[in-house]
Amino acid sequence: MAKDMDKRTAIARQAALELKDGDYVNLGIGVPTLVSNYLPPDVIITLHTENGMLGYGPYPFEGEEDPDLINAGKETITELPGCCYFGSHDSFAIVRGGHLDATILGAMEVSETGDIANWMIPGKKVKGMGGAMDMVAGAKKVIVAMEHATKDGKPKILKKCSLPLTGKGVVSVIVTELAVFDVASGGLVLRKKAESVSMDDLKRLTEPAFAVSERLAAFAAA
Amino acid sequence: MPGKVVAGPEEALSDLRDGAVIMVGGFGLCGTPENLLAAVKAKGTKNLTLVSNNGGTDEHGNGQLIKNGQVKKMIMSYGGECKAFEEMALAGTLQVEWNPQGTLAERIRAGGAGIGGFFTPTGYGTLVAEGKETRVIDGRNYVFENPLRADFAFIKAWRGDRAGNLVFRKTSRNFNQVMATAAQVVVAEVEKLVEPGELDPDSVHTPGIFVDRIFQGAQYAKPIEKRTVRPRAGAAA
Repeated sequence: MAKDMDKRTAIARQAALELKDGDYVNLGIGVPTLVSNYLPPDVIITLHTENGMLGYGPYPFEGEEDPDLINAGKETITELPGCCYFGSHDSFAIVRGGHLDATILGAMEVSETGDIANWMIPGKKVKGMGGAMDMVAGAKKVIVAMEHATKDGKPKILKKCSLPLTGKGVVSVIVTELAVFDVASGGLVLRKKAESVSMDDLKRLTEPAFAVSERLAAFAAA
Repeated sequence: MPGKVVAGPEEALSDLRDGAVIMVGGFGLCGTPENLLAAVKAKGTKNLTLVSNNGGTDEHGNGQLIKNGQVKKMIMSYGGECKAFEEMALAGTLQVEWNPQGTLAERIRAGGAGIGGFFTPTGYGTLVAEGKETRVIDGRNYVFENPLRADFAFIKAWRGDRAGNLVFRKTSRNFNQVMATAAQVVVAEVEKLVEPGELDPDSVHTPGIFVDRIFQGAQYAKPIEKRTVRPRAGAAA
């Protein structure tokens, strides 16, 4: 459990470094939600939630929860100065219209061509895609933040996704607890690698071959 | 000028029949038309098709009607936390049409705005695009989506006046605003019904022309699905 928490923290920490000061960002449910805790102090972003708000803040203090003020994960949240509200139709004009600088979301599988699968496993219960398909189709930068491999140690970064897709050729960056890859036209390019993992192990845990950036940087894994 | 104000949900739903298609506003349990949904449950109307973002929970929102066996089909984007929905959808006793959330919103917007459909990049190359027309526009792939309309729309607002003008509060606006444009009969329930002139015209979110019937809800439970809080600074750890 503690190890899982460390992984989640490492992923969120790295994903936070992909954002720039002034970005408008949508964070998906789970690990992506943690990203706002690890932003560098000089990076101020505005958070979008697809149920109709820009500029939401942290969870409220106990006793100050407002049932009319939630995020897309149905969690109670708060207002920051300068926030605003809108309907779902305007919210997705923001998303689909390319107005968001970035979205960070989890995934079950990602391919070397930027396909992403994160909404259904055939034969299992289906929760629905929610806003994920619009998000990956519309945000300027689609950042996947996920664990590098499955619980059984199988790669989640694949040549081709086996699960039904959420979007085709839409992912820009893949952030895991072990590495950061850019999805380029010629395939994956390794930009950052955790010191805790060897290049051989990283290759073993990543199905497609990948190029290594000339400016490969290290990050300290938890 | 005929009045739009009705005494309550029972009068508002006097002509609701089995098999109706109903748009239900709300996101999760936020901004749901609580009094109208309770009245549909009491009335026992069956074979309903609900157009709504979520399935609600077993006790609240759309989930109470699903659990009660009153719903034939859901047109939605996220099933979420409703156990009855999961069981019935898996067993095939409830039909589900999945729509990406933005596509759902835009189909409703198109339906209400007299637009005969639209091309969206959302869902291209995925299951939701199967069987649909696609087109390349400026080098990008798009999927054609049809407009959506309904027999009824159930809208929940914070304030409303006798002319049907509505004001929503915070994130409870969600699908309510767009759904108010896209049904044959639009019923709005409000936390407080006021006289014309009491709402600031510059701050009206839904113009009264879209609303056919309006009433002040008897009460609002406003359940919270996920109560998330943070500790106060200086509080004992």
